[in-house]
Amino acid sequence: MFEINRRRINPRWNITEDLSGYMFMMPTILVLGTFVVLPILYAVFLSLQKVQLLGGIEYEFIGFRNFTRLAEDERVWIALRNTAEYVAIVVPTQTILALILAVTLNSGIRGKNWWRILYFLPTVTSSAVLTLIFMWIYNTDGLLNDFLAFAGLPTYNWLGDPAVALKGIMIMNIWSTAPFFMVIYLAALQDIPQTLYEAAELDGANGWQQFIHITLPLLKPVTFFVATVGVIGTFQLFDQSYIFSGGTGGPNNATLTVVLLIYQAVFRNLQMGYAAAIAFLLAAVIIAITLIQRRLFGGERI
Amino acid sequence: MTNISGLSWLKALLYVLLTLYAIITLIPFLWALSASFKPLTEIVSGEPNFLPKNFTLDNYKQIFLQEPLFWRWLFNSVAIAISVTLLNLLLNSMAGYALARLRFVGKRFWFFLILAVLAVPAQITLIPTFLILKAIGWLNSYQGMIVPSMVNATFIFMMRQFFVNFPKELEEAAQLDGLNTFGIFRYIVLPLAKPALAAQAVFVFMGSWNNFLLPIVILFDPEMFTLPLGLNTFKGQYISYWNYIMAASMVFTLPALGIYAFFNRYFIQSVTFTGGKG
Repeated sequence: MFEINRRRINPRWNITEDLSGYMFMMPTILVLGTFVVLPILYAVFLSLQKVQLLGGIEYEFIGFRNFTRLAEDERVWIALRNTAEYVAIVVPTQTILALILAVTLNSGIRGKNWWRILYFLPTVTSSAVLTLIFMWIYNTDGLLNDFLAFAGLPTYNWLGDPAVALKGIMIMNIWSTAPFFMVIYLAALQDIPQTLYEAAELDGANGWQQFIHITLPLLKPVTFFVATVGVIGTFQLFDQSYIFSGGTGGPNNATLTVVLLIYQAVFRNLQMGYAAAIAFLLAAVIIAITLIQRRLFGGERI
Repeated sequence: MTNISGLSWLKALLYVLLTLYAIITLIPFLWALSASFKPLTEIVSGEPNFLPKNFTLDNYKQIFLQEPLFWRWLFNSVAIAISVTLLNLLLNSMAGYALARLRFVGKRFWFFLILAVLAVPAQITLIPTFLILKAIGWLNSYQGMIVPSMVNATFIFMMRQFFVNFPKELEEAAQLDGLNTFGIFRYIVLPLAKPALAAQAVFVFMGSWNNFLLPIVILFDPEMFTLPLGLNTFKGQYISYWNYIMAASMVFTLPALGIYAFFNRYFIQSVTFTGGKG
């Protein structure tokens, strides 16, 4: 009430507040305008052009030809298939692993914080470092093959064999991302009221039944969050593939991902318009899958 | 759950599982750390020993003393990550504060624009951003790495949520004492926002320090490389010198671990905020 009255008495107050509001917002407006909003419009424009980079930039309007070309480009399909396979294996595995770790850590064991800090290490380490360490462990005579041979299991040429190269990246990514989601699950588990479990115990429910009928349903919104962020993250796979394959997506396109293909279209083939079209294809796939996930999870809000 | 011995067996099993997973987590790091202190001959000998037989610091000497650009990459990474972090802390809280507390024309519009920006996939903006930076001559420059990353819609949103739940009385008292909006923000609001700022500092610093895609797109002169890019060319140059590569990887990992250990408490608090109530 007080403020409304003051506004009526002194209309200039409004202008001062508007001014300080915009002073506070100005850097944000400028940066987001220049590097997010403008690029989106520019991307739409680019995807309809043939772009020549010869010192300056030359555009030639070609309508939807970049998009029709997508459908005929074999490497687009390979990249999409690789990426989809990657998402389909990595997201469920890392989600389940994160849940198991979180529930284990939350079951009243000692030194919870220490385990949590230790498990979180791979998540804070850079993907470039992790990829180099794993490439070395994946060497034909590296640690992993030593271990597999010791255990009497078959060994692989993890880096050079197209049949397993992507699997190597999957293992690494599950290992490094699961702890991040574990921490999120842990936070959510702590929010579940203990009284629910006590009541269930009085009704004779065992630990497993409590997990299935109390923990899992109450974690549903968090699982939706974890799965959505997981899908978005895995569809954008780039660093690991790039370092693993030296930028080629090899061996024999086995580690070619959509973002790597976009990178190659821009910097190897200088096809900006085509690259923009691939980026829109990727965005459409990610948005479609997010919407399907939301439907599956019953329209839960994050 | 019916008898005591059943329970303690379950507990023991849990500890075994946790220890196994701890080993899975630690082995790659320990293996790399150990290799960074081994001479190459010991690495290629094929005997997997976790403690170096011939402990040496030569690998570290090599990368710091013989690799002329290593210091430069380290400097670039530190300078860019610190600038990006400080600017994000300042600008995100300013915008978050304005959206939470100040009244100005078009506030709803800007708020919804920031929410919309949150939903835009990064790949869409990558190529146009490259072309825009090229047009204004900022490719291969510090400002090209810093300016586009100096605000972040996610953290503006986070700061807004934080300030909305913030008690108003202190600000009103300060206003009566004659402080203007900037004074209130600087002397009252920012100091009280420390936990949120600390969490943000960790996320932003890690993001910048570990970023690979943006630098590989806009930096092309080896002198301007950040550590992840430097490390990658390093790999090409020393293809099978895993001793040097692992030493460099360890140098690269240390600052991030330090920041993480230092801010760990706030960091976990903020994750609680995202996961539980978000």
